[in-house]
Amino acid sequence: MSHPKTAVELARAIASRQISVPEVAEEFLSKQARAAELGVFLNVDADAVRAEATAIQAKLDSGWTSPLAGVPVAVKDNIAVEGQPLTCASKILEGYIPPYSASVTNQLRDAGCLIAGKTNLDEFAMGSSTETSAYQLSRNPWDLTRSPGGSSGGSAAAVAGGITPLSLGSDTGGSIRQPAALTGIVGFKPTYGRVSRYGLVAFASSLDQIGPFGTTVEDVAHLTAAISGHCGHDSTSLPDAKIDISDLKGGSLKGKRFAVPREMMEEGLEDGVRQVVEAAFETLRREGVEIVPVSVPSVKQAVTIYYIIAPAEASSNLGRFDGVRYGPRIEGDGHAGSSASTRGQLFGREVKLRIMTGTYVLSAGYYDAYYRRAQQVRTVMADEFAALHRDFDAVISPTSPTVAFTIGSLSEDPMALKVLDSCTIPANMGGFPAISLNAGLADGLPVGLQLMGPVMGDERILQLAYTVEQVMPKVQLPFG
Amino acid sequence: MAISFDEVQHVARLARLDLTEQELRVFQGELNALLGHFSDLDEIDVEGIRPRPHAVSLTNVLADDVVVPGLSRDVIFKSAPKSRAGLFVVPIIIEE
Repeated sequence: MSHPKTAVELARAIASRQISVPEVAEEFLSKQARAAELGVFLNVDADAVRAEATAIQAKLDSGWTSPLAGVPVAVKDNIAVEGQPLTCASKILEGYIPPYSASVTNQLRDAGCLIAGKTNLDEFAMGSSTETSAYQLSRNPWDLTRSPGGSSGGSAAAVAGGITPLSLGSDTGGSIRQPAALTGIVGFKPTYGRVSRYGLVAFASSLDQIGPFGTTVEDVAHLTAAISGHCGHDSTSLPDAKIDISDLKGGSLKGKRFAVPREMMEEGLEDGVRQVVEAAFETLRREGVEIVPVSVPSVKQAVTIYYIIAPAEASSNLGRFDGVRYGPRIEGDGHAGSSASTRGQLFGREVKLRIMTGTYVLSAGYYDAYYRRAQQVRTVMADEFAALHRDFDAVISPTSPTVAFTIGSLSEDPMALKVLDSCTIPANMGGFPAISLNAGLADGLPVGLQLMGPVMGDERILQLAYTVEQVMPKVQLPFG
Repeated sequence: MAISFDEVQHVARLARLDLTEQELRVFQGELNALLGHFSDLDEIDVEGIRPRPHAVSLTNVLADDVVVPGLSRDVIFKSAPKSRAGLFVVPIIIEE
């Protein structure tokens, strides 16, 4: 197997017997030194990978087919794979082995994908740099001194570094799209409810959504199709959730109208990012797209409402980690003391700060001023975007206002890291689909272009992204 | 509206987080910085706006009441910090 090769090409090579699934597995396992250099995995079970590869090959030999059969997929370590450790990159889950698999894990297996290993993340997916992992740093394949973004940094580095063709991440405020942008690949957050969250460790339940990473929109579309669908284990799963990608390649840009929120082209946007994004707009205009600047005032409050709503939900969701049911326990004075000792010593700094923030904004006297008000602004934001989605074919913006930053450079100023998510948060607040694809390079580093569409408009946004991708500059990924 | 050291201590107690005094002081600073940023919420008029607790409209869905096998005890207790005789062992909650 020689790189670069897309997931679709690899699946085709497997189907035509040019390469066997066990050979694909061995090729993947041979890349572990490079994976370690990039800080991709928290766990790889080589025996399980080999056993799964043999089983998939046997199915293929019996005549079974599937578009992604035999393709390795790395899975973010906040998604349950039965029998494999699940840490959420936290000391509080050290040693925990889930007794069940997430619905997406079962769907990957149904599609014949090879589950490659569990990838590094910011602790409980809280962060934008993968620096808050309790176990290791992840590094950007374009420049090892730089962050791959976060929180799904390990999953992004797996694909951008050529370790696996596909991976899964989770996106609460941009945690798939931002690392995709910073590593020059494609990342997609589907409509909330079209991919089951059963078996995803909850961070902020009303915002979290599992989604795919790949090197092309086509690869990402195939993985999205494989993991979408209604799930009876998830009460927020939508009834008609299956995503149909049969029209993926049938789109055209001629006559399309894209809205650009001015507020996403303002605060903190680096000059290099602006130049690449404006060049992308110019390319789209030449293809017949009308680019219309619009104003979406609530975008300025995106980061604020995220830092109220997400910690509020997290403070409730993380209440289950008390040293009683799973993970290690640190003894203290009685039940309450033991729980406080366990949580105080085993949660990392960022997680504790967010639990404190969430507990405060939900506490008596502050609920109306912060939490309720943030939810009202969320309504305003969702309505503003819904109106744009009715009037335009897509809303388009930079994915991240900066290119990949140096590891450690933003840790002294927590708010500086947090504002990196201002362009991505609205899609989580409104539940609508959004995709990031590469638009070119600024000073040798990738710049992401984000396309957003209406709730349940996943097929439309994937088709548009595929069509846009065809006219964007082709960038060679830094495979080692 | 600044948050005092006592309030930070109170919030940590509510959140069941045993924090050192140094951590409490650091979080007091960071919470105050965050609360400063939160003031920009006032820039949007939300009078009469319905709060939106969820990304998409949800209706309650009831599953059919069908008995299916659950996880075995052995599997469940494998991840418990302490267990004995098929029970979770927890720290004392009510003293004699």
